[in-house]
Amino acid sequence: MPNPTVTQTAAADSSVRSEVKHTTCYMCACRCGIRVHLREGEVRYIDGNPEHPLNRGVICAKGASGIMKQYSPARLTRPLMRKPGSARGDNQFEEVSWDEAFNLLQERLARIRATDPKKFALFTGRDQMQALTGLFARQFGTPNYAAHGGFCSVNMAAGMIYTIGGSFWEFGGPDLERAKLFVMIGTAEDHHSNPLKIAISKFKRSGGRFISINPVRTGYSAIADEWVPIKPGTDGALLLALTHEIIHTGLYDREFLARYTNAGYLIDTDPTSESRGMPVRDASRHEEIPEYPRNMLWWNRLSEQPAPCHQPEADPYLLGQFTLADGTPVKPAFQLLLERVKDYTPEWAEGITGIPAATIRRLAHEMGVTARDQKIELPIAWTDSWGTEHEKITGNPVAFHAMRGLAAHSNGFQTIRALAILMSLLGTIDRPGGFRHKAPFPRGIPPLAKTPKGPEGVRPDTPLAGLALGWPGNPDDLFVDADNKPVRIDKAFSWEYPLSVHGLMHNVITNAWRGDPYRIDTLMIFMANMAWNSSMNTMEVRRMLNDRDKNGDGAGEYKIPFIVVCDAFQSEMTAFADLILPDTTYLERHDVMSMLDRPISEFEGPVDSVRVPVLPPTGACKPFQEVLIELAGRLKLPAFVNADGSRKYRDYPDFIVNYETEPGSGIGFLAGWRGKGGEKFMQGEPNPRQWEMYAKNNCVFQLKLPPSYQYMRNWNKGYHEWAQRTRLRRHADPIVIQIYSEVLQKFRMAAQGRGTSKRRPPAHLAKRVETYFDPLPFYYEPLEAQATDTHRYPLNAITQRPMAMYHSWDSQNAWLRQIHAHNYLFVNPAAARAQGIADDDWIWVESMWGKVRCMARYSEAVEPGTVWTWNAIGKAPGAWNLAPGANEAGLGFLLNHLISDELPRPAQARAQGAVPGRPLSNSDPVTGQAGWYDVRVRICKAGADEAEQSWPQVAAVGALPGMDRVRNTWLAFVAGKKK
Amino acid sequence: MSKQLALVIDLNVCVGCHACVTSCKEWNTSGAAGFLSDDRPYGRDPTGTFFNRVQTFEVGEFPHTQTVHFPKSCLHCEDPPCVPVCPTGASYKRAEDGIVLVDYDKCIGCKYCSWACPYGARELDEHQKVMKKCTLCVDRIYDEHLPAAERKPACVMACPTSARLFGDVHDAESAVSRAIRDAGGYALMPEWGTHPANHYLPRRKTEITLHRDELERVDNPLKIDGKLPKPDVKAPSLDDSTTW
Repeated sequence: MPNPTVTQTAAADSSVRSEVKHTTCYMCACRCGIRVHLREGEVRYIDGNPEHPLNRGVICAKGASGIMKQYSPARLTRPLMRKPGSARGDNQFEEVSWDEAFNLLQERLARIRATDPKKFALFTGRDQMQALTGLFARQFGTPNYAAHGGFCSVNMAAGMIYTIGGSFWEFGGPDLERAKLFVMIGTAEDHHSNPLKIAISKFKRSGGRFISINPVRTGYSAIADEWVPIKPGTDGALLLALTHEIIHTGLYDREFLARYTNAGYLIDTDPTSESRGMPVRDASRHEEIPEYPRNMLWWNRLSEQPAPCHQPEADPYLLGQFTLADGTPVKPAFQLLLERVKDYTPEWAEGITGIPAATIRRLAHEMGVTARDQKIELPIAWTDSWGTEHEKITGNPVAFHAMRGLAAHSNGFQTIRALAILMSLLGTIDRPGGFRHKAPFPRGIPPLAKTPKGPEGVRPDTPLAGLALGWPGNPDDLFVDADNKPVRIDKAFSWEYPLSVHGLMHNVITNAWRGDPYRIDTLMIFMANMAWNSSMNTMEVRRMLNDRDKNGDGAGEYKIPFIVVCDAFQSEMTAFADLILPDTTYLERHDVMSMLDRPISEFEGPVDSVRVPVLPPTGACKPFQEVLIELAGRLKLPAFVNADGSRKYRDYPDFIVNYETEPGSGIGFLAGWRGKGGEKFMQGEPNPRQWEMYAKNNCVFQLKLPPSYQYMRNWNKGYHEWAQRTRLRRHADPIVIQIYSEVLQKFRMAAQGRGTSKRRPPAHLAKRVETYFDPLPFYYEPLEAQATDTHRYPLNAITQRPMAMYHSWDSQNAWLRQIHAHNYLFVNPAAARAQGIADDDWIWVESMWGKVRCMARYSEAVEPGTVWTWNAIGKAPGAWNLAPGANEAGLGFLLNHLISDELPRPAQARAQGAVPGRPLSNSDPVTGQAGWYDVRVRICKAGADEAEQSWPQVAAVGALPGMDRVRNTWLAFVAGKKK
Repeated sequence: MSKQLALVIDLNVCVGCHACVTSCKEWNTSGAAGFLSDDRPYGRDPTGTFFNRVQTFEVGEFPHTQTVHFPKSCLHCEDPPCVPVCPTGASYKRAEDGIVLVDYDKCIGCKYCSWACPYGARELDEHQKVMKKCTLCVDRIYDEHLPAAERKPACVMACPTSARLFGDVHDAESAVSRAIRDAGGYALMPEWGTHPANHYLPRRKTEITLHRDELERVDNPLKIDGKLPKPDVKAPSLDDSTTW
């Protein structure tokens, strides 16, 4: 029988004639290594790079659909200016040259910089280039810079970094290679993607037990050995009840707590003392590093008296109460934790979480017994920070993972503190089978980076006197003026959200529109769809973007005078731009995944990587990096120009090679192949052939530390000395886990009008700061729920990201949109039937903020008090260059329309300390994390006479000049034969 | 016994990510079995040709719900009902490796094969007017230009959880045969007598059994801190009240 397939192979085969180039994926934030196979200059195939440490050859649905992103009809190809006379949002643009665009920006930005640099705000989405965008903003001199973290998962970063000095995803993760029990809490599928899939599969195959605690059973939860449904926003109650049970059954790792955490530190409990609630200090001991004091006291069990903490020959009491020689009553921090969780019983948590008390007890026992009885011992000698030599590394094989499910609640920070403390109680931090750090973490608690402390840090024609984002250690580190008013447009690092370490991008437009704290002139948005799925309160934000002053000097002018949008794709946001800058795709540019930002390090040591262009830019597209380098040179920002004012860097690749954090520091964006000949790593002179060396080595640099530096890195002397020598850290001091948070206590004390900090919160916020800056974790109902009539709005509504889509990016992708062309609201049949709703009925979903009409879909895989949908599938008509009748616009919907960016007014907001006209963000009161998952809703069947179309609908967005019009009714993609 | 190549799909680790779906599409649309067309790619109800799709369904009622992600493609039946019904001989099963293929030059798009297939694994390309289906990437697996480790179907290479195994199910010592034996692999709808070559491995559940005494241990750390203290010797006891 003839064999036409094989015959065809010879003729059509790609592998013979295709050229293979290596780079790094960017279909999501995972950053897998990829091989791009080109045929006749067109992308024929993209597969995973087997040599890459992250994905080891595999690829996901998104990565394998990169072709349809590259050739998407939604691509922007020309710089565009809003047509004179047209209104914002009308989508009327005309082509301009890059020269015109740069001249315009240079003139405008130079004027702002010379007068009031904070009137320029730069906010970016999931861009993976925060080291450069942050440097640009700092050099410009504006404090108004942040990336998307504030509305993504800052609670996860802050909650864990302020507790254990590291966090999940880029900075650490579960060691599933050696874990025996894996507990995933809340939606976490997307952080990160392929490496976690690889690890979970191996873990399950090697007999590990996987428990998923989640309101919804999809994705990874589908293959869990046990699914424990939980009500959204109640994870803190569960974690505290687990802690209660683990302490009361004695299933904690006492030795780990005593040696490596502050559990044994004596806390002043004298109710009359000025320093009550603070660890008692031995003032006679000299502090080498004021930021990280080490002169706390233990009550030594062996000598029955107080002793300096962490002495190798001492052992602290973790429980009890004691009296110091001067009569001060003290308790070990762990005793205070025990008292804190005393009433957090499993029975108490059952009523909040919906999880039976017996299940909570069993989960605690499974965790505690596995950690205690299945210990791992690796024959790896190491030395701890206090000089004790150990002949082995011990691991307690219980691993956790959590991300946005825990983070995106207004109680997320304390919830995540509770998680980090539970992980510490089980003795699982940076040990085999538990949580492992990834370089450059762990950092000191808190990290040293700071913002300026007041408005004097912002001066015309001068770089910002500090970083735009930092890690406050006490109230004096806040970024406020003498009247306690925020310096930043998003009010980050103010008393409203003191530890907002990633900023509050979700409040920028509202604040700028309202002029609270002030108006700005130019808003530059990179890769963030703020007019749609990246904003809470989407419809109002769209109005604000379009709103003009009614009277005064600027009557008729837009309240946000100038908006620059840089993106590779037309979107809902581009319609609101005054100037659109077309970015390249990931296949057309250089990029770095830098140690100065969020690298792709592995547990074994630092890893960073690059992208190199495998295709020429499309049309007039220019990488945003090049835009910044060009602008920085034109504006003569000091780091980007020579002493004579001439431009220092030819282009972005040149900048990456030659930029050093300080002249001669030897620290640059890339850690690999430094030194004149590429012989150095981490630190070394610029290497002119660095890009070439990365390109030759799969675009990735991986350093594997010696085994003795791979564990216990909070307190590993050898590792710290190495990290100090390579300038990964300034100091080499131990990073003691903060079971009891001294940083939080300092804020609380300021709110109580005491303590050594000079700053005190304004009266209206004192109660809020005092309440939420509790040095021990506690549970409170999310702020929005507290202010909601939960009888009227009984259901929690949440979203998650499908594995085959990344935010709004992929509806323009012909292959991926066939997987999710529109979304449904998933409802438990019991909850749906109670409202007379049948499967696939059109329904109304209503919150106290607004309503949407959508289709319901029955699901037994969601707890009955929760409804959910896929995020960002709904689109505005015509956006992403979809045809007007596309499912995304007519049938798909955004849950955002039900979610507010601000807390309810007035009662709840007043209770939280809001003053009239100055509402508080619907965010965590500690970190400013957007409370996406706090909204409460009700559902009802839509009327029989209503249109079978999602609601609200917005005006259609048309194609822009330079974009392909979607004409084809069908597509047959064959690489190298462009139709 | 002759060779029978097949996929063995491990439902115990499949998370439904669709990597197999799109990597199949991207390989094959520009490959020997291409193109794989897409209708209304940017319009209403987009739909296209895929050789492999993931179906997701739920089993059981809350809270005892299983969510199952079920990837499905041509099962390369040992006794394929699609072959004898083909009026032109376009649909055929290869003797040398058991792969079921369609010869596009002979296919007249009559759809008899898709009606005969009980698994719904075939899709007519409305534009080329030929029946298309999984070829087990026959244009990869014998391609000597590829490194030996990569002579596998694109979906197998892509799968992040390595849920897709590929090999000869007639070779008792192959990894796929061992997996079927060891994990209780099964074929779909055996009652049809089609003897699908592809197999599925079922979900497996790992549990921990805790014994009461594991919670009451001599090394309970609460003892060190005096939290499980012995009762005061002076406290009342039986010794105070009876003489037996």
